[in-house]
Order: sequence, then C-alpha cells, then structure tokens
Amino acid sequence: MTITQSPPEPVVRGDRPAPVRRRTRGAGRAGWLTYSALAAVVLFSVFPLYWSIVVSSRDQSAIGRYPPPLVPGGNLWDNLAAAFEQGNFGTALTNSVIVAGTITVSVVFTSTLAGFAFAKLDFRGRNGLFTLVVATMLVPPQLSIIPLYIMVTQWFGWANDLRGVIVPTLVSAFGVFFMRQYLTSAIPGELIEAGRADGASTFRIYRSIVLPIARPGAAVLGLLTFIMYWNDLFWPLILLNAQNPTVQVAIANTASGIEVDYSLVLAGTVIATFPMLIVFLLLGRHIIGGIMQGAVKG
Amino acid sequence: MSTRRQAGPSARARLHRFDLKGAPYLYVTPFFALFGVFGLLPLAYTALLSTTAWSPRQPGSEDASVGLGNYADLLSDTNFHTALVNTFGIGLLSTVPQLLLALGIAHLLNYRLRGRLFFRMGVLVPYITSIAAAALIFNQIFARDFGLLNWLLQPFTGGTPIDWRASTLASWFAVSVMVTWHWTGYNALIYLAAMQTIPYELYESAAIDGASRWRQFWHITIPSLRPTIIFTVIVSTIGALQLFAEPYLFDTTQNNNGGSERQFQTAVLYLYQQFWANGRYGYGAAIAWTLFLITVVIALVNFLLARRIRSAE
Repeated sequence: MTITQSPPEPVVRGDRPAPVRRRTRGAGRAGWLTYSALAAVVLFSVFPLYWSIVVSSRDQSAIGRYPPPLVPGGNLWDNLAAAFEQGNFGTALTNSVIVAGTITVSVVFTSTLAGFAFAKLDFRGRNGLFTLVVATMLVPPQLSIIPLYIMVTQWFGWANDLRGVIVPTLVSAFGVFFMRQYLTSAIPGELIEAGRADGASTFRIYRSIVLPIARPGAAVLGLLTFIMYWNDLFWPLILLNAQNPTVQVAIANTASGIEVDYSLVLAGTVIATFPMLIVFLLLGRHIIGGIMQGAVKG
Repeated sequence: MSTRRQAGPSARARLHRFDLKGAPYLYVTPFFALFGVFGLLPLAYTALLSTTAWSPRQPGSEDASVGLGNYADLLSDTNFHTALVNTFGIGLLSTVPQLLLALGIAHLLNYRLRGRLFFRMGVLVPYITSIAAAALIFNQIFARDFGLLNWLLQPFTGGTPIDWRASTLASWFAVSVMVTWHWTGYNALIYLAAMQTIPYELYESAAIDGASRWRQFWHITIPSLRPTIIFTVIVSTIGALQLFAEPYLFDTTQNNNGGSERQFQTAVLYLYQQFWANGRYGYGAAIAWTLFLITVVIALVNFLLARRIRSAE
C-alpha cells in the first residue's frame, strides 16, 4: 500500500513554518472569487445545523406550512426539554460519555504502546505485523456484526449492556498506525540509544522519553477517537434498547414513526450534536492538525 | 524495573536480553489480542455461520449445515441484487462528486488566506456532526410535505412536491447528498495536506514556461496528489459499501426496507434486516461474507490500477 512506503514526514508543529516555508506554500494570494467560493462552501457546511436550530425552536405547526420560517423562533428551550424527557437523553448522554470516554482512554493507551514498538524498536516480524495492522484498517467491522452479537450477548451475557458496546472497540488499527507515524518522526533515534546506554529498561524509556514526546499526538488521537465513538450508531443500535441508549441511538429512536414531529426530532439532534461542536470550537485547530498530519503520511 | 532487582550479573544480562527481545512483543500484544478476539475471530466465525441455517427462532438450527446453500440462495435473491445495485449506484453518486468537490475546495484552501482556520473549521463541521443527526436534519429538508427543498423548488415544480423517497433516482440523490455533505470537507483537508508538500519551484518554473493556473493544476497538482487520491478512493469506496445509517433513517418508519420498493435499501441495510428483523443468522452471515469478498476485490483492483499507473510513468 502506498501508505507504508511514503517516507515519514517531519511533524509540523505550531511554530515551525518559517517565512521561507510560507513562500513555498501553494498558489498565490486569494482573490475575492476564492473568498466567495469558500464562503459558499462554509455556508453549505453549516446550514443544516442552523436549520436544526430553526426547526427545533418552532412548534410543529410553524414547520408544517409554507413558507417555512427561516429564522429561529422562541420555542427552543421548551422543545429541548420535551425532547430530553421523551428521548431519555439524560441516560443517553451519560452512556455516550462513558462509552466514548472509556474507548478513548484504551485506544490511546494501547496505540501509543504498540505505535512505539513499531516506530522505534527492532523485532522479528515487525514489518509483517505492521502490514497486518494496515490491512486491518481496511476490514469493515460492520461485516462481523452477527458473530459479534452472538459472542457479546451469549458468551459474555452483555445484551443491553454498555460493556458490550465498549469492549469490542477497545483497540484501533488506525490508532496504532497514527501513533506509529507520529512517533517515527517525533523521536530521534539517538534519544532511545542514549537511554539504552544509561541502562534504562525498555519500559523506562517508554515512560520517561516516549510518553512526554507522544503527548500531543496522543491528545489528537484521543479527540478523533472520542468524536468517532460519540457519533457511532450501528453497533450501539444493535446492542442497546430504548431504555438504555447512547445519544445516537436515542435520536434515531425519536425519529421513527409515520408522523414525525420534526421540531422534537431536531431538538434531539441539537442535544446530540452540540457537545461535539463545543469541543470542536475549542480544539478545532488540533483536530484539523491531526487529520492533515495523518493524511500526509497517507 | 527489571534492572533495579538485585541479581547476579549473568541473571541481569539475561533479563536485559529478555527486555530487548521480548518487550516489543509485549507492547503490541494488547492490540493484537483484542483485535484477534473481536476482529479476526468474528470474521472467521462469519464464514462458518454462513454455512448454517441458524436462526434463534428455530431451536437446534444452530448446527443445521446447509453447505453453500445460503450463497446459492443469494445468487437468486432479487432483493439482494437490488440492494447491491442501490449500493453501487449511491456509492457512485456520492463518491465521485464528493472527491471532485474536495479537490476543488482543497485547491481554494491552498491559497494564502486571511482567516485560514475559520475556513478550515467551517468545511470540517459536517465531519464533526454525527451521521445520524445529519440524516435526520436532511430528512426534514427532503420531506415531501413542507420540506425545505421542495419549498425552494416550488417555482420549478409548479406546486407538485417531489416525493424524494418514492423513486429510485430521487432517493439515491437524497442519500448521496447526505453522504457528500458529511465527507467532502474531510477529504478536502486530506488533499490540502498533500498539496502543501508540493514544492513551489514546480509551479514557478511552470509559470515561467507560460503555463496557466489551470494547466498548473492539471499538470502539477493532480499528478503530485495521485497517491493521496488513490488512498481516498479506496477509503471512500469501502465506506460506500458499508452505507447504513443514512438509508436506515431516510425511511421514517425504520422498517429496514429502504423504501416501499426497496429503492434505497443498501447491502448493509439488507444484512441488518435479515439478521435483526428476520433473525436469519446464517443467511445474514452469507451476505456479510459476500460483501467482504466484494470489498477485498475492489480494494485489490484499486491497488493494482494504482500500481499500473505508477509503473506506466
């Protein structure tokens, strides 16, 4: 695969792009046409979320007529409260925090450990095993759903149990790949050798040299993982019932029926979406950096 | 840790050697152990299951072997064929525009911009939004009665609202819009990252030779991006084969049929229906394994094509 053959790129950190680098960037300065086109793209990207606010701040009769209201109304809090109650969102939000949080901690830990081994340690079968990791990324987990369901519910007895949602996804091939790429370029080989010369054990090197350097990469991986499992629908939908949902299962449940009350359904999507949007507003820079960093190696 | 223990020099040397040789395996073990149990084992188990007629509704059917019978049934299962056609149709309708748009947007983002972070964050908002939430919002936009899009289209449709769920093409279009909305910005950032590694001198010398911006884009940017483009094509294709949440939620009855005539039932939605609604574990497993094989074949074709293109240069 092209991924494994590309040479490790230097890690781009905040202060690195010097003036020289800026001149090497892409095509020249942007004109007004570029700005308008980009503004249109951003408008399209953000509009559905704006629309969810408009709809969820109106009562149903305002949505069920033409022309539709194009600005938010005054019913937002009422609808949020009603949706919260009906959709069991108290439980759902708690469950989603537990599920996404636990998976994130585990993925970051196991990926940093394995990524370190693949990036900086010599061992027989390293390349073969790493190729396996990359191949694993291409295996869609949806296809194993039936055996997974049998295993989790019948062998482990975790039907409608958060453990059943969490345990099968405690490790991530993407995470190992990501940390390996990050650590390959972030840690100078001499640093490891110096540690060895001082008689430090591998674990000691991992703890005192690798972990501090790995932290920015691990944080980005954590963010991406948390968002991914906060947003996951397929597996929790199969395993959890309406009394014990995650947020995505909860909003899917509110939306079923012949007659759909869109102001309540979209109030549910607002509840499910906004925690991640706030995270994104605060840490968007790092999320973007992580995606682009992973991509250059890709 | 081990070095601190008081032991004779030879024992210590042995420990050290064990640490050097053994530690790497120890560190990759958590990943491979869990992946083995919850990744590889289920995949193998799927293959095994697909040769049985297991249904939890029929006690004892667990051991009822049918050989390749399930696969033979799939060959003549018109619903499965419809689902495959839908999957490929929607896949094409969403992947192609998505990647082309992403290329264009990346190109725009690559100019020197004021408010760079704002624009990058703006295009990534859909990726942060969950697919379920996006599908439900678009459900309103694509509603037949009082949907936002039908209101905008009123001047062109003469007051007869389009039923976006009723016809094959309209429903494919609607589902593709949802997919495209979610992934375009993400792919744009991936292309942008690759564009930023192209040396500026290439553009400079092309400009000296009198090449227009457009020619520079075609003859410098696109060829330099080829590995990235291939990568995104593979990933998007695999993603398209897995499409579930959008078509599942697009039919508000959530009866898994994907429309009255199954016009937008995708392969994974059909798998879900056989497994979950009809309790046909064995048959569902056969669908899953078939999809897996299709995925592998498509990934391989992509890979070989990419290699061919590269060696041809």
